[in-house]
Amino acid sequence: MSAHALILAGADADRGWRLRDYAARGGYESLRRIVAEKTSPDAIIAELKASGLRGRGGAGFPTGLKWSFMPRAFPGDKYLVCNSDEGEPGTFKDRDILRYNPHAVIEGMIVGAWVMGCTRGYNYIHGEIFEIYRRFEEALEEARAAGLLGPNILGSDFSFELFAHHGYGAYVCGEETALLESLEGKKGQPRFKPPFPASYGLYGKPTTINNTETFASVPFILKMGGEAFLGLGKPNNGGSKIFSVSGHVNRPGNYELNLGTPFPELLEMAGGVRDGRKLKAVIPGGSSSPVLPADVIMDCTLDFDAIGKAGSMLGSGAVIVMDETACMVRALERLSYFYHEESCGQCTPCREGTGWLYRVVRRIEEGLGRPDDLDLLRSVAGNIAGRTICALGDAAAGPVQSFIKHFTDEFIYHIEYRKCLVPLAVQDAGNQINASRPC
Amino acid sequence: MLEIEIDGKTVQVPDGSTVMDAATLAGIYIPHFCYHKKLSIAASCRMCLVQVEKAPKPLPACATPVTNGMKVWTHSEAAVKAQKGVMEFLLINHPLECPVCDQGGECQLQDLAVGYGGAHARYREEKRVWVNKNFGPLIASDATRCINCTRCARFTAEIGGLMELGQAHRSDRAEIMSFLGRTIDSELSGNIIDLCPVGALTSKPFRFSARTWELARRRSISPHDSLGTNLIVQTRHDKVMRVLPGVNESLNECWLTDKDRFSYEALASEQRLVSPMIRQDGEWQAVSWQAALEFTVAALQGIVREQGGQSVGALASPHATVEELHLLQKLARGLASENIDFRLRQRDFRGDAVRGGAPWLGMPVLDIHDLRSLLVVGSFLRKDAPLLAQKVRHSALRHGLRVNAVGPNAEDWLMPVAARALVAPADMAAALAGIAAALAAETGKPVAETLAERLPADISAEARAIAQSLAGGEKSAVWLGSLAVRHPRAAELHLWAQEIARLSGALLGFIGEAANSTGGYLVGAVPGAGGLDARAMIESPRRAYLLFGAEPDLDFADGAAAMAALGQAQLVAAASVFDSPALRQSADVLLPIAPFTETSGTFVNCIGDAQSFHAVAQPLGEARPGWKVLRVLGNLLGLPGFDQDDSAAVRDEALSGDIRACLDNAIGDVPEAEDAPAAQAGRLQRVADVPIYFADPLVRRAPSLQKTADAAPPAARMSASTLAALGVSAGDKVRVTGTGTVELQAVADEGLAPGCVRIAAAHPATVALGPMHGDLSVERI
Repeated sequence: MSAHALILAGADADRGWRLRDYAARGGYESLRRIVAEKTSPDAIIAELKASGLRGRGGAGFPTGLKWSFMPRAFPGDKYLVCNSDEGEPGTFKDRDILRYNPHAVIEGMIVGAWVMGCTRGYNYIHGEIFEIYRRFEEALEEARAAGLLGPNILGSDFSFELFAHHGYGAYVCGEETALLESLEGKKGQPRFKPPFPASYGLYGKPTTINNTETFASVPFILKMGGEAFLGLGKPNNGGSKIFSVSGHVNRPGNYELNLGTPFPELLEMAGGVRDGRKLKAVIPGGSSSPVLPADVIMDCTLDFDAIGKAGSMLGSGAVIVMDETACMVRALERLSYFYHEESCGQCTPCREGTGWLYRVVRRIEEGLGRPDDLDLLRSVAGNIAGRTICALGDAAAGPVQSFIKHFTDEFIYHIEYRKCLVPLAVQDAGNQINASRPC
Repeated sequence: MLEIEIDGKTVQVPDGSTVMDAATLAGIYIPHFCYHKKLSIAASCRMCLVQVEKAPKPLPACATPVTNGMKVWTHSEAAVKAQKGVMEFLLINHPLECPVCDQGGECQLQDLAVGYGGAHARYREEKRVWVNKNFGPLIASDATRCINCTRCARFTAEIGGLMELGQAHRSDRAEIMSFLGRTIDSELSGNIIDLCPVGALTSKPFRFSARTWELARRRSISPHDSLGTNLIVQTRHDKVMRVLPGVNESLNECWLTDKDRFSYEALASEQRLVSPMIRQDGEWQAVSWQAALEFTVAALQGIVREQGGQSVGALASPHATVEELHLLQKLARGLASENIDFRLRQRDFRGDAVRGGAPWLGMPVLDIHDLRSLLVVGSFLRKDAPLLAQKVRHSALRHGLRVNAVGPNAEDWLMPVAARALVAPADMAAALAGIAAALAAETGKPVAETLAERLPADISAEARAIAQSLAGGEKSAVWLGSLAVRHPRAAELHLWAQEIARLSGALLGFIGEAANSTGGYLVGAVPGAGGLDARAMIESPRRAYLLFGAEPDLDFADGAAAMAALGQAQLVAAASVFDSPALRQSADVLLPIAPFTETSGTFVNCIGDAQSFHAVAQPLGEARPGWKVLRVLGNLLGLPGFDQDDSAAVRDEALSGDIRACLDNAIGDVPEAEDAPAAQAGRLQRVADVPIYFADPLVRRAPSLQKTADAAPPAARMSASTLAALGVSAGDKVRVTGTGTVELQAVADEGLAPGCVRIAAAHPATVALGPMHGDLSVERI
């Protein structure tokens, strides 16, 4: 799907995911070398740091640094967890990684276990993609049969057990500590931090949690070398990254690009805005990242730092494209509904505030807005952001703040005229295109 | 130690402290809802957000660890802005019904809304409404008021031991509920009423009856179990309206058992005895105090004159005060009778001759925290001593205390039990001997010579496991529970427990049955030389009885026998808080005495604390404080030493000297009891508990407690194998025959040793069965 594909290489169709295919593409070579050479964990961490790999789940935390936090000498169990609980609207990359290249994830996790001295790992897979969970189980069986997982991996004295676990579809379980709670069999609610999982994680033991794509990148970094991986992208933004493009484009899907690629290139790969319409706005990193108007995003390169500078986040790399037929009030209503629905209900600002935001936005969309509603929304969003246990509060506040900031006129028009600035006929035309697309 | 500056004040705090701890130390109040010092930290209400130097966002004080040199502002503009923001969120869905809400006036949300709430609401969308839950007879639910602080849910899981409440659903639909609509049945459930910072959980018996500001608050002491729980009794117009915990960190902390909290309802019972009464020609007549006392004195004097002092027996409830027990024993002894006892449910008194002193817990309650190993012998721990059990549970769950048990019962104590020897009552001594033998092997110390020949031939795996648990050389204890104390061979169990404690270096203790189980010994309310104990006074009936605070049918080891013994007496003068058919049947004079709320008095709890209390209300009707009644009786009898002016003088006389020096659990040698006749084929050993809400006259008459699951009528509980051997199925009606016969429902209970049937005592439905121990036959009807 891309000229630069590493992780999605050989994944053009639904084949080639099995162990033998992955091995034919050079899979498990890195692991074999590490086990044979008894590569020191510090050397691998140094390689990761050199690669500039940053967490692909959304926060972009440097992976090498995270792995170095793990207390290797801690006696007893330590856990490694892969976060495949991909639930953010617009994001669908981990699903394809697990579908087309599950062994890259498995190899990355085994390497992680080697580095951090973990004895046991879990891959927590989103509950609404059950066939992916089944496939991952099959891949695990293949790896076990090949001696790549379990006791004495590849004949060494290194042992690591890896299991798949499927959630039940709660978005908040993608938050790492809520994921751990859910994995322990409890209600998925984030924990207060500190303590962080590296010291108090799964069952209270040191735990490292990485995103699926992060783990999947590891074997390629070790194969090509950290410097070379970094060279694919920009300084501090190493390597390639998968972008899930959705919305008003001709060819939505996953595209693996080197970080630092200009946004227009991605748009072009995705076939451009459908029907040649005008680009209106893009949410660049999953629904929780602030929306950017067309003129801002068209000048951006796709990497953590550039998008951050433009006032948004690269996040998970879920690019939601909206053309001129989109009503921004309606779009925000949909997003606010999502965060209202998915708030875990634990801490006050998010539990009470997300519903408040949604109800006000819905009222505006329904033509019942009041003149002070925008100030109210800004104030309520401000009272949620930064006051909650986890980032879901920020995620719910971000779209409200950015939509109002960049598309104030549309909101004011809605409140004053009790209808959309984008004529309904235009919106309908946009919807017609969606409806007629074969999928 | 760490140094932190809060609002400009510098304080030193221990490592691991939170900002909330530091603020408390500095005397600074940070508003909060979900935080509670006795519960785990949720950090979810966000009301305690404070400004921390260099932190980009406000941080919750309850969960933020102090770092050295930290600077915190709790009332800065940024902090207050965050707190006000949270308050607004809490109020958007909270109903504005303070005028009709029972929490009004003692509501944390109401109080803090004054400081942090807005003057008008910005929220103009639809409000959320929840359906109220049925949490049982004690706790009322007004679900819509809930602010989801989860204190109640955390309490049930962390303190109660069973997660009876949880937060289901998510977002603003997140709702506190019980599992599948069950009621909350914990014996500690009422504490969630205190914990709830709003009016979502209120007291069903109390609500709508008074406002908090109308109530007078008085300190008191629980008359129920042996812990000596501190109470705040709230009254209005001389009527007790409710009971709240009196904080005592070394005893009950800030908790109450439901028994302590709700038994006050019985104070207003219609069964209260409000006038002295005399039976004349078979008819009960209300009479004046003077007439009743003169009648009693004349009858007593006549009997003593004709048949000697030893024909008089004095039997008192272990729930009576120190002052009452002291004056009662003094009165009996003044009549030249040594027949005095308060241990009405005890069977074996061989220990009296070789006892070191007054039995007690053997250690401060606070030290349970540091125990590494504990052996509980013959106890219904959770229901007999709920807050003691809670401390053991806390230590077991948090600090790795290994709890072991010996006895015929294995009901769920809601804590991990490391090893349990589940043996029939008759085998308990042998089981303890086995543990002693295993300990001797484990430690290399020999078993005491006098006991060596009684050691069993083989040692069970459980005995070995318990011995290993105790032998670690760490701090450990052996406790004897109510079942052990009431056991027909109690002295031997005591002796073996002492030997186990000696071999393992453990502390020996008694859990104690009632509020004054230790105090009764201290004041000498036990038979002296040649005197009869409680059992002997029933088995060798007296001519006259002074019955104090006890109900003959329900408070004795064998209610049927007690009724018979009293029935044949020439005179039974019963001082009682309540009237009852059994009293009317067996007594000749009824003297109305005041319950603990209407008299001053003292209880000595299981750790030897003598805790005195004042009356919180005037006595009802003609009732009078028991100590005054006894004092006047002493005067009328012409006995010396009955001139005390107040209860304090009685107490000082009763508890002169160092109480702690009188506490001693040591026991000298007790010979092995002659073997009881072997159980006949087809007969089962009775295991009798005293259900928590039938344990004393007060709780028996507390209507709300009587509606709880714990007040269910007694059944015949047997293990599945026992049921099968009898050819009885669970649910069948069975005829149970002891010295009498009752009909009960058979219930399967895997927490029972084989060959046993557990049938509760202290209940009208089982009085006819006779003694609490011994053989019974069970047959299907």
